[in-house]
Amino acid sequence: MEAGAAAPAKVNKPAMTAQRNTLVASLGLLALVLLAWQFLPPALDVPKFIIPTVTDCLAEMKRMWAQEGLLGHTLSTALYTVLGFAIGSLLGAVIGYLLGMSEFWEKVLSPYILALQIAPKVAFAPLFIMWFGYNAMPKLLVTVLIVFFPVLVNVLQAMRTVDRDLVNLARAYNLSRWGIFLKVEMPSTMPNLMAGLRIASTLAVIGVTVGELVGGNTGLGFLISYGGGQANAAMVFNAIVLLTVIGFLLYTVLVRIEERVLHYLPKAQH
Amino acid sequence: MALEFRSVTKEFTTGTGQNLVAVNDINFRVNEGEFVSVVGPSGCGKSTILSMTAGLYQPTQGEVFVSDDRVSGPNAHVGFMLQKDLLLPWRNIVSNVEFGLEARGVAKSERRDRAMAELKRCHLAGFENHYPYQLSGGMRQRAALARTLAIKPEIVLLDEPFSALDAQTKLLLQNSFAGTIAQTGKTTLLITHDLAEAVLMSDRILVLSERPGTVVAEIKVDLPHREEPLRRRVMPEVSDYAAQIFKHLKLEEKAI
Repeated sequence: MEAGAAAPAKVNKPAMTAQRNTLVASLGLLALVLLAWQFLPPALDVPKFIIPTVTDCLAEMKRMWAQEGLLGHTLSTALYTVLGFAIGSLLGAVIGYLLGMSEFWEKVLSPYILALQIAPKVAFAPLFIMWFGYNAMPKLLVTVLIVFFPVLVNVLQAMRTVDRDLVNLARAYNLSRWGIFLKVEMPSTMPNLMAGLRIASTLAVIGVTVGELVGGNTGLGFLISYGGGQANAAMVFNAIVLLTVIGFLLYTVLVRIEERVLHYLPKAQH
Repeated sequence: MALEFRSVTKEFTTGTGQNLVAVNDINFRVNEGEFVSVVGPSGCGKSTILSMTAGLYQPTQGEVFVSDDRVSGPNAHVGFMLQKDLLLPWRNIVSNVEFGLEARGVAKSERRDRAMAELKRCHLAGFENHYPYQLSGGMRQRAALARTLAIKPEIVLLDEPFSALDAQTKLLLQNSFAGTIAQTGKTTLLITHDLAEAVLMSDRILVLSERPGTVVAEIKVDLPHREEPLRRRVMPEVSDYAAQIFKHLKLEEKAI
């Protein structure tokens, strides 16, 4: 054990330098892109309403903050992203586990699940607006729908591939059906569930954005269509950046949770 | 009597609707504290015997008795262990050992005490907070044995528990298992395809025929040091016993 504990300390140093190198290269690339964005369009005589420069965007950001209620729009979008993600993944997981326990219903429902999974969920947005009006309901529903499937499919797949010998062992130890689910099946599916949630988190932002683009007067998606209507490219750029930030934050939180939950998996060696 | 098979036959229906007789008219007894190995060609129904003893499924004909009770489902008398360690990767070693006790209404503090005692017996003291991925294959099998013994079974069923290990680890682990089992005095049924392993570890060996499996020979191993296979290993008689089993399996005819 002593040897095992000492070895990582030795390899750590080169690993840390490597990590610093990637960080420096990453940031350098960002700086390069920002510089090009700032100076290339004016140099090539591209008008500001087509490609605004970085400073134009920052100035517009300040104006939006002061005059358009940017904070409110951003918070609203963030709220519905998280809400839609939470409801959608909860439903997806619950139904995934239920179907995973019943082979009969899984077989009965699988063609419909596949059909719904293939159908472009964002195309439902206008329908939801016709049904529920110009309020928060349509965008929430689109988000829930879009988040639902990757979680459902991942959980179902994992439930199908739970080690039969583990289940038999649990049976031999007299565990009840519920006990087997709780102590063997559910923990076995955790890696897949977490992968499904990660995919779902990136889709949640798309769902909310589409819902806001199609109808309503709040959120970053609304600012995109509003800015587009006014030929205000800087506003559109800013909204896209903020949407990306929201998605990125949600994803990062999930990765952190995943590291905690799946701590028992050996770390992949690069 | 710890374990008895009375004219047990097991048929399976295959995916194509055909009937497959896995084992046919099996009769044998295992006495209390005895270590019996079952050897046979692959696919002869060795694992079927184990599953019926564990109560995972029922014989088509005949009866299986464990401690004079007819086996009709999973029961508390039997602890089994496979080639795979089947440790739950998300639990540390001590809670893996506790796993079998959880459904049996054993109080939490007692579970921990019993698990720690078994870990100590299986030479894993100090590793209770490790996770399975942090242990070697041999240590994981020892943890699986600790989990099997923690439920205080009357019979321990071992289904090729050493076959996934490298040659040296295998010898050491056989020695460690034999010592632990001798110390607890448990009745043990070992399923294996390794003839030498059967001779080194058992009091008695049952030789099964090809499918449908029946008992074709019963060999009493009259050697000392059952609790220490490494010492038995150097005895000249070992190869005689292995040759005897070899003959019963009719392996010469197959060797070309």
